[in-house]
Amino acid sequence: MALYVNDQAIDISQLPADTSLLQLLRQQQLTGTKEGCASGDCGACTVMVIDGCHKTPNVKAINSCICPVSSLQNQQVVTVEGLSQGPASELHPTQQAMVECHGSQCGFCTPGFVMSIAALKAKRPDLASAPLEQQRQAVLDAISGNLCRCTGYRPIVAAGCQSLEKPAQPFNFVHGNDSSAPCSSTTSVQKADQTYLQPNSEVALQQAMTNYPSARLIAGGTDLMLEVTQQFQPIEQLIDISQVAELTQTTFGDDTILIGAAVTYTELEQQFAELAPEFVALLHRLGSRQIRNRGTLGGNICNASPIADTPPVLLALNAQLHLVNAAGQRRQLPLSEFYLGYKQTAMAADEYLAAIEVRRAALNQPIRLYKVSKRYEDDISAVMAAFSLTPEGQLTIAFGGMAATPIRAVITEKSLQLGADGQFDPSMVTAATVTLANEFSPLSDVRASADYRTQVAANLLKKACLELCQPALAIGVFAHA
Amino acid sequence: MRKLVETEADRPFKSTGVGHSLQHESAIKHVTGRAQYIDDLPQSPQLLHVATGKSSQPYAKLTKVNLDAVRKAPGVVDVIVQQDIPGEVDVGPVYGGDPLLAGDTVIFVGQPIFAVAATSFEAAQRAVRLADIDYQPLSPVLTIDDALAAESFVLPPHQHLQGDPDQAIASAPHQIKGEIYVRGQEHFYLEGQISQAWPNEDGGIHVISSTQHPTEIQKLVAEVLDLPLHEVVAEVRRMGGGFGGKESQAAPLACMAALFAIRQQRPVRYRMPRQDDMVQTGKRHDFKNSWSAGFDDAGRLLGVDMLLAGKCGCSPDLSEGIVDRAMFHASNAYSFNSARVVGVRCKTNTVSNTAFRGFGGPKGMMAAETLMDDIARALAKDPLDVRLTNLYQPGQDMTPYGQQVTQHVLPDLMRKLADDADYRTRRASITEFNRSSQFVKKGLALTPVQFGISFTAKHLNQAGALLTIYTDGTMLISHGGTEMGQGLYTKIQQIVATAFDVPAAMVKVSSTRTDKVPNTSPTAASSGTDLNGMAALDACNQIKKRLAKFAAEHFNIADYELNYDKGYVHAGGNKLAFNEFVQLAYMNRISLAASGFYRTPKIHYDKATGSGQPFFYYANGAAAAEVSIDVLTGEYKVERIDILHDVGKSLNPAIDIGQIEGGFVQGMGWLTTEELLWDDNGHLMSNSPANYKIPTAFDVPYEFNVALYQQANQAETIHLSKAVGEPPLMLGIAVWSALRDAVASTTNYQHSPRLDTPATPERVFWALQDCAAFNRQQETP
Repeated sequence: MALYVNDQAIDISQLPADTSLLQLLRQQQLTGTKEGCASGDCGACTVMVIDGCHKTPNVKAINSCICPVSSLQNQQVVTVEGLSQGPASELHPTQQAMVECHGSQCGFCTPGFVMSIAALKAKRPDLASAPLEQQRQAVLDAISGNLCRCTGYRPIVAAGCQSLEKPAQPFNFVHGNDSSAPCSSTTSVQKADQTYLQPNSEVALQQAMTNYPSARLIAGGTDLMLEVTQQFQPIEQLIDISQVAELTQTTFGDDTILIGAAVTYTELEQQFAELAPEFVALLHRLGSRQIRNRGTLGGNICNASPIADTPPVLLALNAQLHLVNAAGQRRQLPLSEFYLGYKQTAMAADEYLAAIEVRRAALNQPIRLYKVSKRYEDDISAVMAAFSLTPEGQLTIAFGGMAATPIRAVITEKSLQLGADGQFDPSMVTAATVTLANEFSPLSDVRASADYRTQVAANLLKKACLELCQPALAIGVFAHA
Repeated sequence: MRKLVETEADRPFKSTGVGHSLQHESAIKHVTGRAQYIDDLPQSPQLLHVATGKSSQPYAKLTKVNLDAVRKAPGVVDVIVQQDIPGEVDVGPVYGGDPLLAGDTVIFVGQPIFAVAATSFEAAQRAVRLADIDYQPLSPVLTIDDALAAESFVLPPHQHLQGDPDQAIASAPHQIKGEIYVRGQEHFYLEGQISQAWPNEDGGIHVISSTQHPTEIQKLVAEVLDLPLHEVVAEVRRMGGGFGGKESQAAPLACMAALFAIRQQRPVRYRMPRQDDMVQTGKRHDFKNSWSAGFDDAGRLLGVDMLLAGKCGCSPDLSEGIVDRAMFHASNAYSFNSARVVGVRCKTNTVSNTAFRGFGGPKGMMAAETLMDDIARALAKDPLDVRLTNLYQPGQDMTPYGQQVTQHVLPDLMRKLADDADYRTRRASITEFNRSSQFVKKGLALTPVQFGISFTAKHLNQAGALLTIYTDGTMLISHGGTEMGQGLYTKIQQIVATAFDVPAAMVKVSSTRTDKVPNTSPTAASSGTDLNGMAALDACNQIKKRLAKFAAEHFNIADYELNYDKGYVHAGGNKLAFNEFVQLAYMNRISLAASGFYRTPKIHYDKATGSGQPFFYYANGAAAAEVSIDVLTGEYKVERIDILHDVGKSLNPAIDIGQIEGGFVQGMGWLTTEELLWDDNGHLMSNSPANYKIPTAFDVPYEFNVALYQQANQAETIHLSKAVGEPPLMLGIAVWSALRDAVASTTNYQHSPRLDTPATPERVFWALQDCAAFNRQQETP
């Protein structure tokens, strides 16, 4: 069992199940890929993955520090060393642009930036002739998960734009994106007490869960792997759901949309660009490009963090969860009944989340999403708020950061009703903000004080009531979320 | 004899010397991943990895330290406690107070109690979590207020006194009081702290460290191991960022690696995982600044009485100089006329705070800049006018510490920036916008920086360099400075290339090693190029002097007739390629190596009287910032930045602009999103990049105009350039001031709300509530 790194096959069958790609690369003396944080927050470990298991090879930048190496079986990994492997070891256009624009100072973050921008360049050749502002936005998106402490970013962004305009340098990798590679079979790493299973169907997944009842489920691993890299707690048995066909698809029905639990945020951004632009705008602020390339909607829900970004949105949309157990029995549960307490859910030990069901009607309702955090990009919210207006003039309101779980503001919701004039009565809104302040008792922590959370939640309600009634109105300093 | 290297007479010449935007000497290595950092060195199977067991208590007696499970953990080779240290236990840089491993008492959360060497990084990390430790808690001091109340200080207070401030304030037409709490900052260099050590055949040690201060590494490793200094070599090729965080904080890692290397006779690497780095190493100090001041109707200060209280943590570390520098810069660019500036060094049971770009200066400046805005609003004036009025200028040029400001750059620089950035027009349109905009308010500020250049510890203002010319004409230069990304090596390369007028590619800068250039000062205080550049030039000049004397004899010309020109040498009527000439000199037995030296002239400071001339000169700059804030949430956006900065005659404009932009963004981060927080039990809450937020590319505005104010330094510095490392950080104050300006607009600029830093959206929100309360008060009859 192997993966390809810069076109060289590397046998990974003897590695512990929780070995990260970064560990493997550095053991292979491919030390251009750096560890800055080992938590997916700084981007110094960014590499490019060319996933051959799709019809068209999918190029993406990922954080190698929190990516289990076994999840990349038969895929091609390109590191900074692989970028300039051409006949004359010529610099890749992105590397060339970084030199020309003085984009490196201490140089430690540089390979990560190079890989993020090179991945963008590979994925979006159309940007070569795009207007500068469009290039710039694309570069900002690509490097949203890359921290630099020296340059102040200006020359890196300039290098990114310049790099997009340079002639492309095609990859000549022969392996990895070979369609005959055995991408679609259940493969596993099994050594001593280490197990890494990668089932390709729900049936295989259920079998794996039956055989390994204490194994942890992993999709993108963007949260789970922190136990390994931050707490140094080994995880010996992992079942990887990222290749389960049914879980990685979104099915668009007439009335409902069924989102596979293992669909990544990046895929959601593409699938919902037209259907739910506000939601997609929020996703731009969830983690970074690298995180969104691996992280999944199901992971965000099952992780059950009170400050996760998407559950408040899905609560406001009255989403339903499809839960399946190892015996294949399926049940549906409203998301509003899923969270039982801090990091506790209604999912049984032998169950997995298969899909998230959203009604098209709910998506068509006017919605406002607000994420308040210290930093605009790649931060965790202090308060996350979602407001959806039903055709009957009722607001559905959900929050993150206000309680031990993502939560609907059911009492406040009842106190609000859209007036006949299509506006919320200001005195009713003022009263509702008081109701809201009494409905929750948030905590003070490193992200915000309880008082701030309470007052900002009330102001966001005020803002939503204004904006939802006047579609042209955008209050605030940011264009979205 | 062996033939000398072939010479190449007709090489095309491209000048890459001083004044050119030569790319960073490691740029290609950076972008290809070939630049080697310590953790990238090949790992031999012999290599051991270190981790430390940490205190969970801020202040406690250790009643039980049972390490049996640690010793038995897989991969563990060696475990040490304080008693196992053969030499000096204390690794404090100046005054001590920093034991390598705790004794019977722990004094901050995260303090190392024991250390493990294991066969892998993960094995070491897993092992240290198995210790069985009991504590008897003592009563800790955790905050500045607690320390002030208990008079808990790491060093005695210090004072600058100018004139009679009490009388001046009392008799002034207007009085004002103020206070601000300025939080510290985590360095967040991308490469965490790391060191590796190899034992050698003499019982000595070679230590490679990610440090700004190789000589201190050499000294402390020698002391810990009880070795003479010549048995220890400390080396650094490059750091993945330093920012002051690797001046004193790199030493414990080097000492620990060296200690295990000697004990086990194996190579040992100690790399801190990010969280250990954030918890166990010092940061920028929190400061609580308070003042009273008197001023006239024009807003001109007549007297200032100021108290600067720095949170030093559990030991002095470098806090003497840091709080001193906060005091030196408490007036920033403004004449106080009469002043009392008192600095106190609070001792708390938190990690010992340390150097960070600006070294206390930024904390002092925040007091002066807050004061300027407060005076402006008290008098209903534009803050820019109050700043211009108070600037040091002829006639009001004396600092509270007795140094006269002689080169007046800022009066012109600030006016030029105000013009270039269209300050007055924008001020008017922003005021107009704020009148009609209900939910979004805009703010504008233009703030200066005047930063004194020199180490305030006088003896550190010296440097050495070793220049070697080989017979192919290539040169190798070693010097005492370290490369942390700031471009020092590139500038040194250019200085040497320019001295002989050869392409920069002819000059290679070697790694910094204590066996090449001894007794070095830290690369700090923005002085790297000033000191080491001059030492390198001295080495060049020594060799040039020998070569001139040789040429005079050989070609029968006068000394001055030897000229270096674009890769050639003109000796009277003779023209030789540089390398031909070098070979000729070699054949005539002329020494082609020299050790250069430099010490900064003129500077002195008398600690007893708190006066002198601590700085050789000042570097200056100013920034204009425009911001928008969301009144409902406190969220904000930086809309535009304009910077004009004084680097004297730039040695390398691209590198200088890189330092200015990077410094500005780091300063902006310090004052906006980067929030260091401790809980009530002394635990650092902001202990990872998931909860400590340095700026991303998105936070940098699209309109980000940076220009150099090109005017030669009046002081005789290397090619009349000025230091650039630290000063631009304080340009970030413009963003904070603009945020406060936007908030104050909600009172029609009548009220100066308190806005402690960092000005997170939450703090901006509270400042807005402060303004709302002011408005309510005004409405109440």
